[in-house]
Amino acid sequence: MQRFVCGALLGALVAGPALAARDDMIMGMVLEPPHLDPTAGAAAAIDEVVYANVFEGLTRINEAGVVRPGLAESWTVSEDGLVYDFKLREGVRFHDDSAFDAEDVLFSFQRAMGEGSVNANKMIFEPIHSIDSPAPHAVSITLKQPSGNFLFNLGYGDAVIVAPESADGNKSNPIGTGPFTLSRRVSGDRVELARNDDYWGEAPALAMATFKFISDPAAAVAAMMAGDVDAFANFPAPELMTQFEADPRFQVVIGSTEGETILAMNNAREPLDNLQVRRAISHALDRQAVIDGAMFGYGTPIGSHFAPHHPAYADLTDRYPHDLDRARALLAEAGYPNGFSATLKLPPPSYARRGGEIIAAQLREIGIELEIIPVEWAQWLEQVFRGKDYDFTIVSHTEPLDIGIYAEDDYYFNYHNPEFDAVIEKLVGTVEPAARNELLGQAQRIIADGAVNGFLFQLAKHGVWNTNLQGLWYNSPVQANDLTGVYWEE
Amino acid sequence: MALFLARRLLALALTLLVASAVVFGVLEVLPGDPAAMMLGVNARADTLAALRAEMGLDRPLLVRYFQWLGGLLTGDLGRSYTYDVPVARLIRDRVVVSLPLAVLAMGLSTLIAIPVGVLAAARHNRLTDVSVMGAAQLGVAIPNFWFAMLLVIVFAVELGWLPAGGFAGWDTGIPAALLSLLLPAVALALPQAAILARVTRSAVLETLGEDYIRTARAKGLTRTAALWRHGVRNALIPVVTILGLQFSFLLAGTIIIEQVFYLPGLGRLIFQAIAQRDLIVVKDLVVLLAATVVVVNFLVDVAYALLDPRLRAGQRGY
Repeated sequence: MQRFVCGALLGALVAGPALAARDDMIMGMVLEPPHLDPTAGAAAAIDEVVYANVFEGLTRINEAGVVRPGLAESWTVSEDGLVYDFKLREGVRFHDDSAFDAEDVLFSFQRAMGEGSVNANKMIFEPIHSIDSPAPHAVSITLKQPSGNFLFNLGYGDAVIVAPESADGNKSNPIGTGPFTLSRRVSGDRVELARNDDYWGEAPALAMATFKFISDPAAAVAAMMAGDVDAFANFPAPELMTQFEADPRFQVVIGSTEGETILAMNNAREPLDNLQVRRAISHALDRQAVIDGAMFGYGTPIGSHFAPHHPAYADLTDRYPHDLDRARALLAEAGYPNGFSATLKLPPPSYARRGGEIIAAQLREIGIELEIIPVEWAQWLEQVFRGKDYDFTIVSHTEPLDIGIYAEDDYYFNYHNPEFDAVIEKLVGTVEPAARNELLGQAQRIIADGAVNGFLFQLAKHGVWNTNLQGLWYNSPVQANDLTGVYWEE
Repeated sequence: MALFLARRLLALALTLLVASAVVFGVLEVLPGDPAAMMLGVNARADTLAALRAEMGLDRPLLVRYFQWLGGLLTGDLGRSYTYDVPVARLIRDRVVVSLPLAVLAMGLSTLIAIPVGVLAAARHNRLTDVSVMGAAQLGVAIPNFWFAMLLVIVFAVELGWLPAGGFAGWDTGIPAALLSLLLPAVALALPQAAILARVTRSAVLETLGEDYIRTARAKGLTRTAALWRHGVRNALIPVVTILGLQFSFLLAGTIIIEQVFYLPGLGRLIFQAIAQRDLIVVKDLVVLLAATVVVVNFLVDVAYALLDPRLRAGQRGY
């Protein structure tokens, strides 16, 4: 009897809150943000907590990757593409109740551009020639040359607007203009956000949002299964997704990211400086086998350094069909009939470590022996990215629309092609969308023709969350967990 | 006794000095620039230089070593590169998770192992002894992270009695906080208890064959009374040695267990700090852990002296 009463009481306790829709959620994340200031660090985890939730920029990127008004209500661009006039929203207040106006924009941009700035994405501000405010709620930015990406770039987390009064403390006490404020942070464990009742825009449905940091994939599965966590927008292990698919409590969402995963080659090193050799390698790669083996089938093949979901995408996956005879013939023509040996440096993510073993096996078929060297991220950055001390590496380039890196003088691919540089230069100065897409198509073809790298696949976003939770992003055009539209379905 | 303590203390200080130099040196040689790690692939060279200067990485090696050492001696552990807060505060926030966890696990394993070990010895070669030692063998063989996952599947996922991980925080009340440490403590304690039970059993068995036990029995003590009054105390020296060693293993074990249960403890901090090249945190933590181990060993030595009066005079009897 007593047990029955207890059971009934417990039932009542559990059923009680379930009657009303929940207004809190717990999001699991693999990495903890080191701090909470998106203007002072490259860690994606910072943006994944604060972007659009705590901090806002003049523009913002929505789920479709489209530029939308943020703290700038509207803007006009001059005929020559050089002068941007932003009309700022009025009545916006920071979380510490200070008012938002043009002074804050000027301060934020000057701080990011100035000497001693530790902004990880200064390139956003490089096109700016001058910036001033003709009125308290108007900002005028003049560029050195037209920049087709400028409005998109202003939507990055690195370009959010901070206030001079609070900027120095943003790492631990972020003061933004967004719909959520920081309510609690337990270092190493979680960050809790609470709804900002004075928000200028539409109030979010969630009153409370918690980000919990769980780095171990097995622990992440257990936390989801036990109901301790409601969602993992980026689940760490694709191989574990199947057990969620079979469970009606969860929805599994496979979206796209901006991550072009490539077998990068050092174009300055023998024999990779030989176009025939690089083409032979491209013919020897079997993308689908890599996707199936390393990513458990999740991922879209790519034939150049470009995201398939972008309107300017050119499908070049047939440029080098998987053909071992052709590959061997090309290698022989290049003077390596018996292949050669080289090293393959692999950073920690599973796409690289698992993908690397498969690729090494594929290249062995045409006589190329790869010595696999696992490296940590810090080592990868130092040796491969900055030191250019590598033959092959596998990495996912997660910045949106980053094909321009192939035109950089001192990039780790060591690729130099004046024809490509000219296309990118023209692109930077082009604002009209159709003309931009045309140029982007040309750019994709040039690097595919040059077989600069082995282009593998677009990294998928593996999300899993409670079936009743709605409004989370399916795709990741920028690294963010925008919670403004999230709600519980009854 | 004073001479004994002074000698041990000097050894302790020298060990720590050597440890600090080794830790500093190794981390200097390790590739990976903390500033580059923080700023990622889009950082410009001048931004990197600005950050390196801000973090003090542009100063010469020896200067940095002595500054760091001086800081340690005066209690200033420096500032974390990635978190940008004082390391002392980071450590304080994490110690309140790891230390109770280690103490809880240690307590649990002692509470389980000593009675079980003594029982097995008292029932030498009988069914109780054989089954207890069989279970202990299994306990020694099972890795604690695997056992931890098993506990999570049973108690969190299937039964839903306990959280799968995370730490409620002491401010939510002691019961809730202890509850979130329960599974991790059990996962840590059982393999340790298995080892400890085996050691206790053989130590007690050894003392049971000693002359003084026979004398005690001849004096008229029952078998049980002789065992508890004379046998167990004399058997404690090897047990205390193992306990001291186990404390170091427990600290190492928390690094893995805190990953499995995503507890915000020292183990997770050190793991993250290594991955993110937060070198100052790594250095401070490794020296701190080394200091803990050395101090625990020192306490074990002192405990010997208390347990065995022969050692107090400084003449080691064996």
